[in-house]
Amino acid sequence: MSDVDVRPPAAATGTAGAADEPSGVRGAFSALTARMRGGDLGVAPVVAGLIVIWTVMQILNPVFLSSDNLSNLTMEMVPVGVISLGVVFMLLVGQIDLSVGSLSGVSAAVTAVLFVDQGFNPWLAVLAAVALACLIGWVYAQVFNRFGVPSFVITLAGLLGFLGLQLHVLGAKGAINLPFDSKLVTFAQLDFVPPWLAYTLVVIAAAALYGTGQARASARRKAGLTATSQRMLVLRSVAVLAGLALAVWYLNRDRGVGWMFVFFLALVLVANYVLTRTKYGKAVYAVGGNVEAARRAGINVRTIYTSAFVICTTLAAIGGILAAARLAAANQSTGAGDVNLNAIAAAVIGGTSLFGGRGGAWASLLGILVIQSISNGLTLLNLDSSYRFMVTGVVLMLAVALDSVARRSRASAGRA
Amino acid sequence: MANPGGVLLVPIHEEDAAPPHGSPPSGPPPLPTKASRRFVMSSSPPSPTRSVAADAGTSGGTPAPLLSLRGISKSFGAVAALSGVDLDVSAGEVVALVGDNGAGKSTLVKTLSGVHPPDSGTITFESREVSVTSPAAAQQLGIATVFQDLALCENLNVIENLFLGRELRGLRLDDVTMEVRSRELLKQLSAKIPSVRVPIAGLSGGQRQTVAIARSLLGDPKVIILDEPTAALGVAQTAEVLNLIERLRERGHGVIMISHNMADVKAVADTVAVLRLGRNNGVFDAATTSAEELVAAITGATDNEVTRRALRSAGAAAVKTPAQPAGTTADKEGDADE
Repeated sequence: MSDVDVRPPAAATGTAGAADEPSGVRGAFSALTARMRGGDLGVAPVVAGLIVIWTVMQILNPVFLSSDNLSNLTMEMVPVGVISLGVVFMLLVGQIDLSVGSLSGVSAAVTAVLFVDQGFNPWLAVLAAVALACLIGWVYAQVFNRFGVPSFVITLAGLLGFLGLQLHVLGAKGAINLPFDSKLVTFAQLDFVPPWLAYTLVVIAAAALYGTGQARASARRKAGLTATSQRMLVLRSVAVLAGLALAVWYLNRDRGVGWMFVFFLALVLVANYVLTRTKYGKAVYAVGGNVEAARRAGINVRTIYTSAFVICTTLAAIGGILAAARLAAANQSTGAGDVNLNAIAAAVIGGTSLFGGRGGAWASLLGILVIQSISNGLTLLNLDSSYRFMVTGVVLMLAVALDSVARRSRASAGRA
Repeated sequence: MANPGGVLLVPIHEEDAAPPHGSPPSGPPPLPTKASRRFVMSSSPPSPTRSVAADAGTSGGTPAPLLSLRGISKSFGAVAALSGVDLDVSAGEVVALVGDNGAGKSTLVKTLSGVHPPDSGTITFESREVSVTSPAAAQQLGIATVFQDLALCENLNVIENLFLGRELRGLRLDDVTMEVRSRELLKQLSAKIPSVRVPIAGLSGGQRQTVAIARSLLGDPKVIILDEPTAALGVAQTAEVLNLIERLRERGHGVIMISHNMADVKAVADTVAVLRLGRNNGVFDAATTSAEELVAAITGATDNEVTRRALRSAGAAAVKTPAQPAGTTADKEGDADE
């Protein structure tokens, strides 16, 4: 019972590829259905949940799916999404960081004080705040590794302590406005990718997907292994091309795709690559799955824990700075309230297990999309945050319950 | 792949030249040479122990064992888990390490695999004195360990588990080569694994044991330590694992096997080293020693004056008595506070 988890592995990210690589479209489809029947739901529940939420919200308020609102949604979700990407790393090694909210607040405050009050170069201010967060993550890791204090407790202490530090740094004023014409604020509010560049990026993405898939398939064929068929590769790339192009076209009817959202996407892609295609990534999953096995395999478990703490606090800092930039102010409520729990809930709703070793980078994107859609939709309906909390709570509960069912069928199908 | 030929092949020839497994030693009892005296630990009547020196007779010299431990001690607080333990393993030899619960078998294995470095004593590997301070150091030396709990990650698939900690091309994993090598390796071991891309959670106990042993082979180790490899397995799966151990011996690996099952020990081991209460309690030739004698050594039934005298007068020298009476671990308590 020690390996219970809350969500199925995100099959799409290929963390623990189920069966042999299917060949052909039909093979891929039958492998997928077999996997789902075995309880390996992958991202299917999140996507299904998103469709339901979007449908309901659209029925309740026709503005919800408008270009204007969706463009807004993609920007709003970035700060907490970036934080939740860091939380994914912590959850993957089987630990948790409860202080991400406070840390994002401290980083926002430090950036604002250095930039506005002290007159530093804004990028230097950002760099200082991020460096501070790195240091905090390193200190967390030292306490965790040397004294064996559970990460839950360390970061709970951090949650309180850094909330205090945030208030202290902000001083009596309690809020510092960032100049509207600073690059920081325009990046988070006004900078959008020009349409031609957005379409070019979409084409590059589809071509890269095809190219890497093709290279991989031919390498596998040469080695005598089963490989994804040519038709499947083409189909996949065309689907991505069409889907992304449609999204870009729709968003460009209004303001378009924000650079901040592209930044978030890039972070997710890099994290996904690191987790699935590098030695380090395998070590992260191994530590989350079975620490003792990882240690005996010669993995430096302490280093992996340290890296997860540092990545998490660093991304929390970046998320906090983006939140302040989006608001054009760092104040006492930056990173306060529901930021902490939304970031963790997003990772879990997106398919990352609270018990380590399962999930992936895409979980943060999908999870925050669900949470932000609920929040955005309810705001459009003029419902206050009380409803938002309750609905988000129900969705989180549903996600966890669904996974428990999936886990049971996984166990009976021998997929665990 | 550091030494595919030389070091490994020579012992295989020696093994071929030595009396075949299962038949009594052909030559006269080995002289109490320096090597064999160390091996046997007490200068009692000619031992049936198949000593390294006797085996090496064909090649002229007296090659040192691949791995030899001298005076290994390890304490946990006031508990002396090991006191002055010696052990030798040659290439192409299967040494069974037996003993009752708490005899120190697992602790000894952990000192060898770098999990618990010893408090005192020396480890000589390929005639060099080495210190095994971490699992990674043990791996680098060429000592691979398959622990009883297998130490596999259930959330990772067979390939990922096989290559865990030594993935090819760290920054851009070469999963094609890793998959090919995984399939080859499992085929060599005639393993029956449904798919190398299935998570470990979906495999049976025997399949997991096979994956764990295959995993230990990937680093091309010289010594492989198996901690109760057949403990949780059914009859057919046990036979498979025993076949696997014999294949390891044929490939020239030194194998240390911990086991509680005397039938398994008699089936595959060349030499049986008995531990009792953290000390050596004799080294036996598996071919000529009966299971009863082994059990007697494990439980300490031979460990009193009466039986020792009876044995002496009967001239039955099949069992080695320890140099000093076992059970006096208290004198090592000085080492406790490390």
